[in-house]
Order: sequence, then structure tokens, then C-alpha cells
Amino acid sequence: MNGVHDMGGMQDMGPIQKEKNEPVFHHHWEGRVYALDRAMAAWRKWNLDAERHQWQSIAPAEYLRMSYYEIWYAALLELMVKSRLVTRAEIDSGIPAAGSPKQTPALPADKVPLRVVHHALPSVAPRFQTGQRVRARNLNPVGHTRLPRYARGKLGTIERDHGVAVFPDTNAEFLGEKPQHVYSVRFAARELWGEQAAPRDTVNIDLFDDYLEPA
Amino acid sequence: MKPSRRDFLATAATAAGAAAAGDLAHAEDHGHSHTHDHTHQVVPSDLTLRVKSLESLLVEKGLVDRAALDALIDTFEHKIGPRNGARVVARAWVDPAYKQRLLTNADAAIAELGYGGLQDVHMLVVENTPTLHNMVVCTLCSCYPWGVLGLPPVWYKSAPYRSRSVIDPRGVLRELGLELAADVEVRVWDSTADLRYLVLPERPPGTEALTEDALADLVTRDAMIGVAKVLPRREGGNA
Repeated sequence: MNGVHDMGGMQDMGPIQKEKNEPVFHHHWEGRVYALDRAMAAWRKWNLDAERHQWQSIAPAEYLRMSYYEIWYAALLELMVKSRLVTRAEIDSGIPAAGSPKQTPALPADKVPLRVVHHALPSVAPRFQTGQRVRARNLNPVGHTRLPRYARGKLGTIERDHGVAVFPDTNAEFLGEKPQHVYSVRFAARELWGEQAAPRDTVNIDLFDDYLEPA
Repeated sequence: MKPSRRDFLATAATAAGAAAAGDLAHAEDHGHSHTHDHTHQVVPSDLTLRVKSLESLLVEKGLVDRAALDALIDTFEHKIGPRNGARVVARAWVDPAYKQRLLTNADAAIAELGYGGLQDVHMLVVENTPTLHNMVVCTLCSCYPWGVLGLPPVWYKSAPYRSRSVIDPRGVLRELGLELAADVEVRVWDSTADLRYLVLPERPPGTEALTEDALADLVTRDAMIGVAKVLPRREGGNA
């Protein structure tokens, strides 16, 4: 989706505001949202791609206005309702619906910090080789994608093959993992931004087989 | 997805309507001096209550364990943070064999020190040299190496950093206080997949006599994101 979350190359967003001795969480509720999100993710009713897609489905003006953990909170509500873990009525009242079963938490305290086990993906042949010139495809899917707009149509070089990973575009919408190779692709800054960029500078972007075509 | 998005927007709009006096309350809460606009931290005043209500609901339904929530927060407030990454960097500076392992198989080398493994992701360590400066961004969201640096600071997740890092990295670095010579290559790593990047900064000159622990004390989070260099002395006089 060509959403406002896809920010690479936008200008005039203002100065970078650094805070000295920044706390991990600025408000108590931010930590609770962070923890609720991790604990609910342990039910595995959704995956990280689906969660990112939910963040990015927030309307642009709202997305820019909301603080980071506010976005997490709003997306978490949607994911829980969609996967039928809670109902909207329950969220509004804060009370479980009459007769709803009591579960056993998927993430008990003794499993924190959660050590995620990588699930084995099938071996898939890479479509590209290290050193090969490639072009990022000009794709504009309305669903989830991790191909940033600023890379589309640009020429780059495969610098490193990171191996097989789950394809975010299909995984986010529960349409399958479509495992494929993901590569670090190096782009000259001038290929991306023209003559205004410094001649030696580069940008490396991690791109999947399905985002690339031979140059 | 469309119908639920409409519901979602209704929720978001309610939240927006409730935004009031968030900035002032926030500034007073923490006693920081906030002279700049802090629009990204305008917080609906009822979010505290709504999150509390959600937590009770999920506890009641047996979906979350309150002790697990406390442990998750404690982990990132007290156990996992940039100190972990600093130890990795210091070890790489004093032990060339470790550095080699770190650059070729970061997951395993980081695990040697007992860190990493919190997310379903892999790590890659990129080395700064006198002629190459690496910096890390996630233009699409907030991807960050939690296992070695903890949770990212607000500026890393903010629109200004995410948008400009790829188009004007030198301008961003200058704004953050780092001026690079024109003949140094700047390489930006946009974390668009499940690879997480840690910058191995240059060891500062004049630190040959320091112990590994003392070196780790010099290494800052910003240097490991690639928006600062490591200085031979920690600013603030604690080195």
C-alpha cells in the first residue's frame, strides 16, 4: 500500500528531536501496551507482518498524529477483534461477556523473555546471485508490502543473500508464507535521488525475490 | 478488512477527540525541559484508563498473565538495552577472532555473550572504517535490534528520521552533530526485512590502554545505530 508509513525520501517532516536520558517508556500505559502486545502475539493468531499491516492501515492523518504506542494500542484492538479473542463490546465495557470461557495465558511469566524459535523454512533456490545487477520492480500493491516506494524501478546490485524468509506481502494477509530468498541490494544514492546525492554514498535495502527482476 | 477499518477509524477518532492537555501533563510528569514542539507525544488523556481497562479484561479472560506483563516491561527497562550492544562492540575491539565471527555470523557471536534471540529475526553487524560510515534506519516502521540495543528511542521511530535518512543521510548526521568528510562513503541500511543491523563503530584513538569494560563504557547507543562516533572519553565526565 502506498501509505504514509512508507516515508523514505519524504522531506519537510521537521527536525529530529532527540531527548537526553530518554526513558524506555514515557508513560506507564506505554509499557503496558508494549507488554500486552507481546503477550497477545504469543497466541499466534496473527503474525508480525499482519501486525505491521494493521499499523499501516491507520488513516494517514491519524498515523502521523498518533504516538508510537498509541498506534500499537489501536492496532492491537483490531487484531484481537478480528481474530475473535475479544469482542468490541468487551473492550468497551472492560468486562468479559457472560459465559465466555477463561483461558490459560499463552505467555506465562516464566517464559519471559520470549525466546522465539525460528521455524524451519523449506529450501528454495535463489533467483539471483551475489554481484548480479537487478531492478526493483515497479509494484504498487494495495495490500501489505515491504518494497519501499523510493526503490521501485531503480537499479541495484545483489550484495548478499540472506537466505530464505517468509514473504511479507502474502503472510500479512494469511495467504501463505511463500518462502523465498531475501537479499541485501545495494543502490547508489545517485540512482535513487539523482545528482543531488553524494557520488559515493549508497543505500542497502533488504528485498525479496518477488520484488526484483534481472537488469 | 474494509469494514473493520471503518470501526477502527471510529476508535481512533474518539482517541483524537480526547486529546487534551497531553503535552503539559507530559512535561510535568517527567520534569524534562521541553522547549520544542512535542506533537508526537500528544496523548489522549484517557489512554491510561483505556489501557488499564483492556489489561483487566485480558487478565479476566485468561488471555494474559499479569506477572508476564511485568516481566516483559522489567526486561526492557532493566535488563536489555544498549549496554548489551556495547559489550559486543568492546569484545570485538579487543579480540580480533571474535570480531571476525561477529562480522561473519552475528547471531552466533552475539549469543556467545548471552544476548539476542528475542525476535524472529537475524542480525548483521556492519563495520565502520575511516572510509566507510554505516547508519541504520527503518523507513517503513521501527525495526531495530532489540536483543542488543533494547527498544528504540522515539527519534528513531519518528517521521523526520525515517523520511530523511535515506535521501539526505549527511544532512541528518550533521543535524545530529556528526560532520563527515566528503570522501567518506555513507552507507545507509534500510531494515525492510527481518534482518537487524548493528553498527560496529571505530575504536577511538588513545584507548589502547583501556580494559574491555572501560571500552564498553564509551560505546553509546547512537554510535551503534550509526549516527555518532565513539569518543575517547564519555561526555559528561563519567569515563
